[in-house]
Amino acid sequence: MTTTTLAVLVPLLPFLGAIAGLLLGRTAPGFVRPLAVLPTLVSLVLAALVAARQGGDGAVDAATELTPTGSVPIELALHIDGFAALTAVLVTVVAGCVQIYSTGYLRDDPRYPSYAALVSLFTSAMLLVVYSGDLMVLLVGWEIMGICSYFLVGHYWETPEARAASLKAFLVTKLGDVPFLIGLFALATDAGSFRITRILGAVASGGIEHPTPIALLLLAGVAGKSAQFPLHTWLPDAMAGPTPVSALIHAATMVAAGVYFIARLLPLFEASQAAMVVLAVMAAVTMAGSALAALAQDDIKRVLAYSTIGQLGYMTGALAVADRGAAVFHLLSHGAFKALLFLAGGVIIHAAGTNSLAAMSRMSHLRDRVPDAYWTMTVALLALAAIPPFSGFFSKEAVLGVAEHVVTGHTEHAPAAAGWIVLLAGLLTALLTAAYATRLWLLAFRGHGTEAPDHGRQPLTMTAVLWVLAVPSLALGGFAFRVLPDWFDGHDLTPTLTTSVLGTGVALVGGIVTYASWRHTTAYAARIPLGAVAAHPEGGAGQVEAEAIAGHEPAYGDIAYAPDPSDPGRLLLGPLHRHAAAGFHLDAVYTALFVRPVRAGASLVRFLDREVVETYVRGAGTLPRWVGAAVRRAQTGNLQTYVSVLLAGTVVLAVAAVLVATGA
Amino acid sequence: MHLAYPAVLSALLFCTGLYGVLARRNAILVLMSVELMLNAVNLNLVAFDVWLSRTAEETLHSGQALTLFTIAIAAAEIGIGLAIVLAVYRNRGTSDIDKLRDTAEGRESDGPDAGVSDSDASATKAAAEKAEATA
Amino acid sequence: MTPAATVGSLATGTVNLAAESRGFLSPTGVEVVFLLVGLVTFGAAVVTVTTRQLVHAALWLVVALGGLAVEYLLLTAEFIAWVQVLIYVGSVVVLLLFGLMLTRAPIGRSPDADSGNRWVALAVAVAAAATLVWVVVDAFRTTWIDLEGAPAGSTDVTGASLFQHWVLPFEALSVLLLAALVGAIVLSRKAKAGTAAGGATATGPSASGPSASGTTDAGRDTEGTR
Repeated sequence: MTTTTLAVLVPLLPFLGAIAGLLLGRTAPGFVRPLAVLPTLVSLVLAALVAARQGGDGAVDAATELTPTGSVPIELALHIDGFAALTAVLVTVVAGCVQIYSTGYLRDDPRYPSYAALVSLFTSAMLLVVYSGDLMVLLVGWEIMGICSYFLVGHYWETPEARAASLKAFLVTKLGDVPFLIGLFALATDAGSFRITRILGAVASGGIEHPTPIALLLLAGVAGKSAQFPLHTWLPDAMAGPTPVSALIHAATMVAAGVYFIARLLPLFEASQAAMVVLAVMAAVTMAGSALAALAQDDIKRVLAYSTIGQLGYMTGALAVADRGAAVFHLLSHGAFKALLFLAGGVIIHAAGTNSLAAMSRMSHLRDRVPDAYWTMTVALLALAAIPPFSGFFSKEAVLGVAEHVVTGHTEHAPAAAGWIVLLAGLLTALLTAAYATRLWLLAFRGHGTEAPDHGRQPLTMTAVLWVLAVPSLALGGFAFRVLPDWFDGHDLTPTLTTSVLGTGVALVGGIVTYASWRHTTAYAARIPLGAVAAHPEGGAGQVEAEAIAGHEPAYGDIAYAPDPSDPGRLLLGPLHRHAAAGFHLDAVYTALFVRPVRAGASLVRFLDREVVETYVRGAGTLPRWVGAAVRRAQTGNLQTYVSVLLAGTVVLAVAAVLVATGA
Repeated sequence: MHLAYPAVLSALLFCTGLYGVLARRNAILVLMSVELMLNAVNLNLVAFDVWLSRTAEETLHSGQALTLFTIAIAAAEIGIGLAIVLAVYRNRGTSDIDKLRDTAEGRESDGPDAGVSDSDASATKAAAEKAEATA
Repeated sequence: MTPAATVGSLATGTVNLAAESRGFLSPTGVEVVFLLVGLVTFGAAVVTVTTRQLVHAALWLVVALGGLAVEYLLLTAEFIAWVQVLIYVGSVVVLLLFGLMLTRAPIGRSPDADSGNRWVALAVAVAAAATLVWVVVDAFRTTWIDLEGAPAGSTDVTGASLFQHWVLPFEALSVLLLAALVGAIVLSRKAKAGTAAGGATATGPSASGPSASGTTDAGRDTEGTR
């Protein structure tokens, strides 16, 4: 088979699996698990084959135009370069792991068939985005991901949190998608084509007349999809979905799509200095703010969600300094360790019966209950904190190194201001990242108090996947930074000494400071008892998680916050803690800025409809009603009146006829 | 004889019947008035038949044949009409046609015979009276 | 050209000119009799529709119908006249009297014999009468019926015409009469059965069907229908 055929099969197989799963879900439940797992695994093999054949050489391009569609042609196009090939491998690896993990995690869930089909569809859409060489086809996958995320985040729709979160995810990403679509149209109008290769050719030859507005419009869509400030608020709330879905969204698919999209069209963004600076500012605000917020979260999954936002900030930062190699490198390593973090987090939540770090910090021996999760999560947290030699170190140093490169003026692709912004924010975030990673680890695994409940061993499908993902988290970076430049643009990704020392140094400082403050605060833990656990600790993992999410707010008063004085984050952040826990009140700002005006407008419209429009309608009805009442009065029911009137009319008509006929 | 005499008499009789149909309250009196109107028409038919059979050599005598038919149909009509009036009288306890106002618009509670309970009551009363009368 | 003139021209075209010479001021004997009987008939009809005594109305109707029979005779339509006497005076009026009795019509003066529609009815009737008389007189004031010679409506002539040209409608009419007869029986019988059941159970007047009491009331049915 040609590489093109293989590449077409990669997104097609999960799609067919999803269709078959949806069709057979009720009638043949025995086929659901194979139909969910096997297409994804075959896609993994095919994606690996495609990557091997592509081998970092010239991009594979194939296109066919099914039918003329109007002014700008829409083509079914493939564009597989090194980025696409490797990202597809990452997507299929993570999706395969998630599918296998889900068979154990949602073992007893009655809605598993539709869930698995949607995950397959999600994977397929992401693969379409990755391989597509045409922006319209890319948009199709982009939007399918949006709707799939809506369904998957709302998987536990019995809980109000999940319903609100799914709606929020959908609306916020759609808010970005509208300018995104407009930007795509503007871009296609300027370039005369939706094909990525032609657009990049037009950019290279200076054929794009308005790069700045187009780039900014596209940036809005990317911010929505990749959860960048200020459209990131849906991502923490999306934690109301099942953990495997979070892993899928955060590691490989949805949020990666935005970064990947900019990476594809980076020359277009480079054409606009303003867009690059905006991107840099966006990245800086995102990473620093989200790292602060992550330090204050009580829900283990929300910590990870904010960390995702921060790591995505690194990627957009790398793009802001015009190095997509570093960005995609970080995308790959982050995909591996973030998927691992979430899947391990799911195991921990199941074992502990709660998603609250405050409650976990009051359990001893939790790490003995879930040794696999403990060890793999340790690896992943070290990768997240960018401690050498874990993979996160190399990718993050690549980003910081590029930023330093820009600052020192070795490149003309990006403005130096962007470099400074990214470098400083990156270093600050490295400190904070190490701090919250340490806090998470200490609170989850070093708790004191009553012994954690023992539910026996976790299913093999869940633990085995953790070790599979631990391998790239541990070793990907070390091997890849030498190989990857061949696949990418050729920029060197080797860590530079200055940034390595700086980055690792601040990370160590963050970790040590957190540890010290934890030693200081942990004494309080025994004094204030906290800890609500799920009502059915023996139930399936999905059920335990749904109950834990639903129980957090009634138990602690807030979905993200617990009044726990033994939390080292509270000591570190000081007065900032409360604001950070609420995500710096951005939701409240949105409520004040958008929700309330919209509500007020709605009530105004309702008032106008009720009082003004209705009045006209009623007025229009009154006259016919009066006429009707008058006519009704004639309807006496007395036959003699009817006949009298009838005959009187007849006489009148007869007289009239006679008069007319006689010409009188 | 002048044709005007029977024609005018016919017109007058017809309008008398018309008045009776419109003004009489009792349904049987209305039927009588209908008979008057039919007879007025019959007179017209006969008069014109006699006139035309002489002047226009009309040999079918359609006027007289139609008069006979009208008489027969009037007999049938009076039988059916009386049966209906009797049925109404048994059900409603009255044969006054200006009290049969079930088709009136928006006046369900006006007449004594329009309301459901009223009509039921009067019907049972009429039934009792009828049974008494025929026994 | 007026319709009256139209009919008039038709009349003048076909009628011999002798009719023109006859005026209304010199009536023949037949005309005088016709006029007098017509006045009686019309008066009886007016009394019929205005009297407050219901039974009297039926009797005045007899007078009016009998007067009409005389008019038929004067028009030489003897068969029609006897049929008129036989059916109308003999049976229809009797039937109407039966109807009055069965509906327990009040004997003596009933003040509410006329409905509130009276004045409207009067206006309509007078207007219709004026229109009709005007048109008829205008159209036929010169038309003359020649009553000399063989009678136009003798039994011989009428019978020949009826059974030569009108056989099929005549037979169809018999079917119609049969249908009317059956219909009248059905109408009376149904109501009778319903009321009898209502009287028996004293709960719902028309709840049970005719089968419930059809056999027991068969005798009274026939009696009550005709």
